[in-house]
Amino acid sequence: MPQITLIEAVTQALAYEMKHDPSVIVLGEDVGINGGVFRATQGLQKAFGSERVIDTPLDEATIAGLTVGLAAQGMKPVAEAQFEGFIYPMMEHIACHAARLRTRTRGRMSCPAVFRAPWGGGIRAPEHHSEANEHLFTNIPGLRVVLPSSPGRAYGLLLAAIRDPDPVIFFEPKRIYRQYKEEVADDGEALPLDVCFVLRDGGDVTLVTWGAQVKETLEAADALAEQGISAEVIDVATLTPLDFDTIHESVKKTGRCVIVHEAPRTAGFGAEIAARLAEKAIYDLVAPVERVTGYDTHIPLYRLEMKYLPSVERIVAAVQRTLAAS
Amino acid sequence: MSIAATFEIEYLQYLDADGKLVRDDLPAIARDVRQLVELYKWMLYVRVFDSKAVALQRTGKLGTYASCLGHEAAHVAIGSAMQEDDVFAPMYREYGAQFIRGVKPRELLLYWGGDERGSDFSGPAHDFAWCVPIATQCLHAAGAALAFKVRKEPRVAVTVVGDGGSSKGDFYGAINVAGAMQLPLVVVIVNNQWAISVPRSAQTGAKTLAQKGIAAGLECLQVDGNDLIAMRAAMDHAIKRARHGHGGMVIEAVTYRLSDHTTADDARRYRPDNEVKAAWQREPLKRMKAYLMSLNAWTGKEEEDWKADCAARVDVEVNAYLETKSQPVEAIFDFTYAQVPADLAVQRAAAIAADRHN
Repeated sequence: MPQITLIEAVTQALAYEMKHDPSVIVLGEDVGINGGVFRATQGLQKAFGSERVIDTPLDEATIAGLTVGLAAQGMKPVAEAQFEGFIYPMMEHIACHAARLRTRTRGRMSCPAVFRAPWGGGIRAPEHHSEANEHLFTNIPGLRVVLPSSPGRAYGLLLAAIRDPDPVIFFEPKRIYRQYKEEVADDGEALPLDVCFVLRDGGDVTLVTWGAQVKETLEAADALAEQGISAEVIDVATLTPLDFDTIHESVKKTGRCVIVHEAPRTAGFGAEIAARLAEKAIYDLVAPVERVTGYDTHIPLYRLEMKYLPSVERIVAAVQRTLAAS
Repeated sequence: MSIAATFEIEYLQYLDADGKLVRDDLPAIARDVRQLVELYKWMLYVRVFDSKAVALQRTGKLGTYASCLGHEAAHVAIGSAMQEDDVFAPMYREYGAQFIRGVKPRELLLYWGGDERGSDFSGPAHDFAWCVPIATQCLHAAGAALAFKVRKEPRVAVTVVGDGGSSKGDFYGAINVAGAMQLPLVVVIVNNQWAISVPRSAQTGAKTLAQKGIAAGLECLQVDGNDLIAMRAAMDHAIKRARHGHGGMVIEAVTYRLSDHTTADDARRYRPDNEVKAAWQREPLKRMKAYLMSLNAWTGKEEEDWKADCAARVDVEVNAYLETKSQPVEAIFDFTYAQVPADLAVQRAAAIAADRHN
C-alpha cells in the first residue's frame, strides 16, 4: 500500500470518485492544467478531460453559483475555493441556496455539492491566505462542515462528502498537507460523517480539537504523558452536525475538557462545545472547561503567526490549570 | 487610431402601442393566429390572477406579494418559447412563464402565503423556485447550462433578472461564464424601469442593458417587452441558437412595472403619476387585443367570456390555497438534510413536545 500525504489523499479521493461516478466534476480556479495551487487536483484534467475538471473564470461567486446550478441539475460538483480567505464571495450561494435548496423546495431539489478550501494558518503565506473561518459556516443550517486531520481521514471523509446528498464545506488544513505520509488504501471506502474520532484514549483530561491543531494536541498529549497525565484526544472532524455524545462520554470519564482551535475565540466553534458541556455535562466536570484558541484578532502576517496559533505549550498549560482546579 | 471592436444593439418591435404592425417580416409565431390567441388568453389569465392576489394580500389572506402587472407579454413569451426539458430560473414575479410551464397558481399563493410547499410545485421538477436574493438565479441557470453542456443534452437554461439585478456581480458572472464556456444560457433582463425606488437611469451609465452582454461575448438584443410578438420572436431565436450550440444570449425586455414593487411598497413615494399614466398607454394587453381584433381573431364578447372564465378558474385556485392546512411543526426540520441528523433530531423532538403543550 502506498504512503501518501494529506493532499495526495485528497487527489486520490477525487480521482477515485470521478472514476466511479460520472456525475462528479471538479471546478475552480487553476484546478485544470495547473492541478490547483497546492496540486490537489494534479493530473485530474488529464485523466478526466477539461469538461469534468473545469478552470472557471476568476470569480468565486461564479464558482459557487455554478456549483449550485450543477448540483440542482443532477451533477455532483466539487468546487474549490483557492484559499479559505477567498470564500466570502461564495457565502451568499452557500447560505441562501446550497444549504437551503432542499428545505425551501420541500425536497424537490437538493444540492449534493462539496465546497473544498485549503484552510488555516502556519504556512508563511501572504495576507488573506491563512484564515480559520469554519465557525462562519457552522451556524448555517443544512450544511456539513468537515475538517480532516490525517491522510486517511482526508481520503475517507472526502469520499463521504462527495457521496453525501447535502452540501459539505470541506476545509483542508493546509499546514499539514504534506506534514507526513501514511498508508491509505485506494479502496473507495468512505469514513462516516457526523462522528468524532477518538485518536487517543486517556483518563485524566479530554482534549477536543479539529484540523491542523490535531497535530499540536497529540504532541501535547505526549508531553503530558511524560508528566504522568493521561489525555484523551478527540478529532471532531464533522463540526456540524455535531457528535456531542462522543465528547460527553469522554468527559464523563475524565471530568476535564480542553478545547483547542485556531479560529478566534469568541463565538468560535469551541464556544458551542463549551456551552453543550455546561448544559449536559456540568455535573461530570471537576474543573472549568478551558479553551486554547486563536485570539480575537485577525491572524497576523507570518512573522507572528506561530505566536497566534495554539502551541503545545499553551495546550499543556491549559491542561495543568484544569488539573490544579480540582 | 484603428478600431479594436465595434458593436451595435438592435431593437425589435412588431406591434406598436396601438397594436399596429410596424414591420411586415412577421416571425413564425405571428403567422399562427390561433396560437397568438392562446398566448393572449394566458396574458389575460395572469392579469386576472395578479389582481386577485393583490386583493388577497389587502384583505389579510396572503403575505407580501410581488405583482407582475405590466410584465405579462415578456413572461408569457418566455414560458411559451421554452420546452419542458429546458430549465427556468426565475426571479420572483415571472408567473406567466411559470403557469405555462405547469406551476399552479395555488402553489404560487402558498409560497407568498408563507408555506414552503409552494416551491414543491407542479411545474417541471428541474425548474428553480422563486429567487429573492437578486441576480443569484443567473448563476444557477448558468450552472444548469453547464450541466447540459457536460452531459451533451440539447437543453437550454433560461433566467430572468431585473434592471436592478443587472447591476449585480452575479449577473455579470453568469453572462461572462456563458460567453467563456459557450453555454446554452438565455438571460432575459426584464427592464421594468424601477428597482423598488431606484430608476433605471441610476443603475448604470450604459445606454442599453442589452449591451452588457457584448462584453461577455454574447449575442444581444433589446426588445419591446410589451410586444408579445417581438418578445416571442426574440425568445424563439435565442433558445434555438442556444440549443444548437451557438451559445448564450442577453435579451433586454423593455417594459414598465405598473404596480408597486411588492404589496409592501408604495410607488407613489418615488415616481410621478404622469409617468405611470403614460406607461399604461404602452401596456402589453391593450395592443395585443387591438391587433387580434383587427385580424378578426378576437371579439369583445370573447374577451368578456374569457375574463369570467379566468375569474372562476382563479377562484378555484384561491380556494385550494385557503383550504391548505399548515404543515406540522416537524416540517421545520424534516427537509433541512436528506435525513434528520441525530443532533438535529433532539431539537425536532423538543419542538414537537413544545407544540403539544401549546
